[in-house]
Amino acid sequence: MSIDKKTVEGVAHLARIELEPKELEKLSRQLEHILAFIDKLSALNTENIPPTSHILPINNVLRKDEPQDSLPVEKALLNAPDKQGKFFLVPKVIE
Amino acid sequence: MELHKSTSHALLEKLKNKEISSQDILKDLASRISKEDGKVKAYVRPSEKINPPELKGVPVLVKDNICTDGYNTECCSKILSGFKPPYDATVIKKIKDAGHSFLGLKANMDEFAFGSSTENSCFGPTHNPWDLNCVPGGSSGGSAAAVAADEAIWALGSDTGGSIRQPAAFCGVVGLKPTYGRVSRFGLIAFASSLDQIGPLTKDVRDCALLTNIISGYDANDSTSINTPVPDYTKALVNNAKGIKVGIPKEYFVEGLDPEVKKIIEEAINKLKNLGAQFKEVSLPHSEYAVPVYYIIATAEASSNLARFDGVQYGLRAKAEGLIEMYKKTRRLGFGDEAKRRILLGTFALSHGYYDAYYLRALKVRKLIKQDFDNVFKDFDCIITPTSPTPAFKIGEKVDDPLKMYLSDIYTISVNLAGIPAISIPCGLTKKGLPVGLQIMSKHFNEEMLFRLAYTYEQNTEWHKMKPKL
Repeated sequence: MSIDKKTVEGVAHLARIELEPKELEKLSRQLEHILAFIDKLSALNTENIPPTSHILPINNVLRKDEPQDSLPVEKALLNAPDKQGKFFLVPKVIE
Repeated sequence: MELHKSTSHALLEKLKNKEISSQDILKDLASRISKEDGKVKAYVRPSEKINPPELKGVPVLVKDNICTDGYNTECCSKILSGFKPPYDATVIKKIKDAGHSFLGLKANMDEFAFGSSTENSCFGPTHNPWDLNCVPGGSSGGSAAAVAADEAIWALGSDTGGSIRQPAAFCGVVGLKPTYGRVSRFGLIAFASSLDQIGPLTKDVRDCALLTNIISGYDANDSTSINTPVPDYTKALVNNAKGIKVGIPKEYFVEGLDPEVKKIIEEAINKLKNLGAQFKEVSLPHSEYAVPVYYIIATAEASSNLARFDGVQYGLRAKAEGLIEMYKKTRRLGFGDEAKRRILLGTFALSHGYYDAYYLRALKVRKLIKQDFDNVFKDFDCIITPTSPTPAFKIGEKVDDPLKMYLSDIYTISVNLAGIPAISIPCGLTKKGLPVGLQIMSKHFNEEMLFRLAYTYEQNTEWHKMKPKL
């Protein structure tokens, strides 16, 4: 399977990264090269192999539903690029 | 006194006998750093003072992706510029509880740990103390170079595909990737959550065991940490390899392995044979698929983990009219080339129409790679391989060819995919004077076997005492 410039453009939109035309050109070439190498995986028959989502046998890790200390609002906002009162401030979402 | 040249266990002895104070260590390190780091560049943001919070014990150097309360933690990325975490990572808490402090300054790394050479740092590359024209390896290149150059006594790195072991090998120090789940990842800024582990980089095996003792253990804040008892790893430091069964995987000694590295590894194997270890050739038949599997799984997880860097809660924010535009501009300006490449590759592998062919298939092949190890460990205590197919390469040599760079992790990646522990120890120098690392792997939660074999080798050789000339 190969990847063209249009696909990379679409993926960049999904990943919310703006790309310069030159960057798009270069990245498309590199990704195609990398994917060609990755395609060696298709040589393996994987039909009856269960996928590994976790390497150790742990499932459903739960804790008691008890209130605990959480990060105070002032501390959570310390690194905010922009804020107003108790909130993170972002550019307008709805016109 | 040249305290900076010491191991931590030697300094701890002196501290105990009140011959020195932690302040003495810090002062000595500070003068060493100001003298040598202009060449090595293992530290980032050097204008900040070395000012550990409550100085005590032997200060630990920490990689720039481990959160330290109130101290800059930027993953060597512009997108986290100025970020001061509001809390300590669990490993930092454990270091403090054990009577030590973290150094205050942070170690250089590839941006978000994406790389094998520390050239992908927004602060510029670190230089290998053994040859300043060479890379220190990566992504924990700053931690490894600082320990090798005696600019730090001991250090923490993180290892997702070899990022502790490969730089340890390139810089001639000891580096351990613990079993997945042995050390809490809470406060480690995530790259690939199913592969990441924090681990030590040290001057000898004893220091490595000591630091592993400190950072290991269950943590309710990390749902993937495992609640099994932590043994005292220093008890595994026994100078005796008799009867240890070691497998040598034939797939690791093929084309691509530098002949000089091969010879040095064979000499190390002979040494261990003479010390009583038993060797036999084994097979890990799916080894050749490890790199492609890794670059699907690791980038898929990274693309999801790095979605949080959007200019809203911390770090860089680009000026823009609308929200989506703000995200896109922030991420264009904030991420370096390799980060963009990996985010795009991972997003592609997870996207509609490609998921089954790439991500799902990679998860299945990961199972085959793990089964290869399970089969070998039925009959063997450990596996020995080179840590890296080559010694340190030149700065700039692989930056334009991402695939070539990815292949430099060919011997370390399978360990992360299988979740097993592995250590790299120095085992020789090439004719040009570059260190070579020996990698020992074992089954889940059998770090003790690694320490025993590594310690036995170390006690009967002199490589760990070699120092680079700066």
